[in-house]
Amino acid sequence: MATQHHSTEPAATGLGQRLFNPIDRRLFLRYSGLTVATTGLLLAGCDDDDDTPTNQEVVDPANDPNASGAVNFGTGDFRVLNYAYALEQLEAAFYERVVSNFYSGISSEERDILTDIRDHEVAHRDFFKKALGTNAIGALEPNFTSINFSSRDSVLTTARTFEDLGVSAYNGAGKYLTDPNFLLAAGKIVSVEARHAAIIRDLLKPKAKGEGAFAGDDVVNAQGLDVAMEPRAVIAAADKYIRTNLNTNTLPG
Amino acid sequence: MNIFELIKRASALDEPQPATQPASRRDALEQLTRLGRGAALAAVPAVVSGLWTKAEAQVPAGEPTSLLEILNFALLAEYTDSTYYQEGLNVNGLIPASDRAVFEQLLRNEMAQVDTLKTTITSLGGTPVAKPNFDFTGGGRYTNWNSNYQTYLAVAQAFEDLGVRAYKGQANKPALMANKPVLEAALRIHSVEARHAAEIRRLRGKRGWITGIDAEGSQADIYTGATPESNTTHLGIARADYTTVAEDKVSQAFDEPLTGVEVKARLALFIRP
Repeated sequence: MATQHHSTEPAATGLGQRLFNPIDRRLFLRYSGLTVATTGLLLAGCDDDDDTPTNQEVVDPANDPNASGAVNFGTGDFRVLNYAYALEQLEAAFYERVVSNFYSGISSEERDILTDIRDHEVAHRDFFKKALGTNAIGALEPNFTSINFSSRDSVLTTARTFEDLGVSAYNGAGKYLTDPNFLLAAGKIVSVEARHAAIIRDLLKPKAKGEGAFAGDDVVNAQGLDVAMEPRAVIAAADKYIRTNLNTNTLPG
Repeated sequence: MNIFELIKRASALDEPQPATQPASRRDALEQLTRLGRGAALAAVPAVVSGLWTKAEAQVPAGEPTSLLEILNFALLAEYTDSTYYQEGLNVNGLIPASDRAVFEQLLRNEMAQVDTLKTTITSLGGTPVAKPNFDFTGGGRYTNWNSNYQTYLAVAQAFEDLGVRAYKGQANKPALMANKPVLEAALRIHSVEARHAAEIRRLRGKRGWITGIDAEGSQADIYTGATPESNTTHLGIARADYTTVAEDKVSQAFDEPLTGVEVKARLALFIRP
């Protein structure tokens, strides 16, 4: 990512500036392929001294993946497992927070469901930590400032986001695993994430079809295929919930 | 991204191999394994599709090995689901009005998956297995499957939880791991099955996840097998060595695979010979 930034960054264009402000960096990561191509066109008329970072490339230190101390996912299958571990940490932290102080007016059914999911995500997190051993990334610091934990709607829509994102992540990353045992382990987990996603969706839109339903048209396409996203795009989408700097350089996709 | 384009592109990259005349299916599969994917794509259709289209071999006993065997095996599972939902929706008064939208969504997904699998099989030069005739009474176990909604739901849960286990058991086969676009498609169907299973469980008033080997009134053997749903040891690490979360919750947190042979044995109950 750093290499792409430096080799394609126009020295002083509005687009370049926009790309690296903290908000649009997520969009940059998500659409990096397209963005790089676009900025490449703009480069034709720009100074070609593009190896030197300029003032326009200043990144909010809290979001700089190359800051010293940024989490590095590692290489090979471990990078994929660490990526899953990062997402499980995020989910576990979210549900731990939800369960520690439920939103007001919660039904006993919703309480049971969210407590179960908390337990599942903690088990996933603990499993990856143990399985990765000395290769494991450290504990991530979440950033839940955008979530209103006293609001049912805020909690459940965030839960839906996390669960669908988790499904996307595993579905998109499976192909990068080379050890069949790791792929099986990931497979054991992703279907439980999908179960969570369906149940949370049903709480938000009970017994529905179409958009927003348990296996709705917004997540299952016309070919009957569930969501899948490449690792860097997933991290970009999760970025607003993570305070720790993540270095996605070694992630595939 | 169009998966079929990707598959065609992947197939086009494979070098054609000299024609072979396999003496038996076992020989053929051994040969395919030796020759690798390029040969498999060229040689499998003649070997495998012949087996699958024979009426008496709709559910052959062996473990799916080649990509086309795996995909036809998956197609059989999707036929089961889509036919079950279509027939259920066709029965007046079986599915309450309040729940029909769920089954319409289920059917839409399953029909799309049938089409996707058929197109994928054809793209790879194979022949999609024919849709078998089903016996949704399960050989007389569920005689009221189409007159009692609770029975209908229990059987639907069995099919969906079985589907999740079936895809999980195939995903890490060498033939599938070697074809990334098809692997990704299979994973994306796998998670849809899990969404379906959870929703049907919810319609039954149950949790969306599986606790131990508890069938909760659905079919018991769907939850057992060589690796039962109660398993909490993963990558050789026992539960107590990675978490303090309680055993039953950890069993819910991980779904378990069934082998192709195990799935076929369970599906065979619902397929007319």
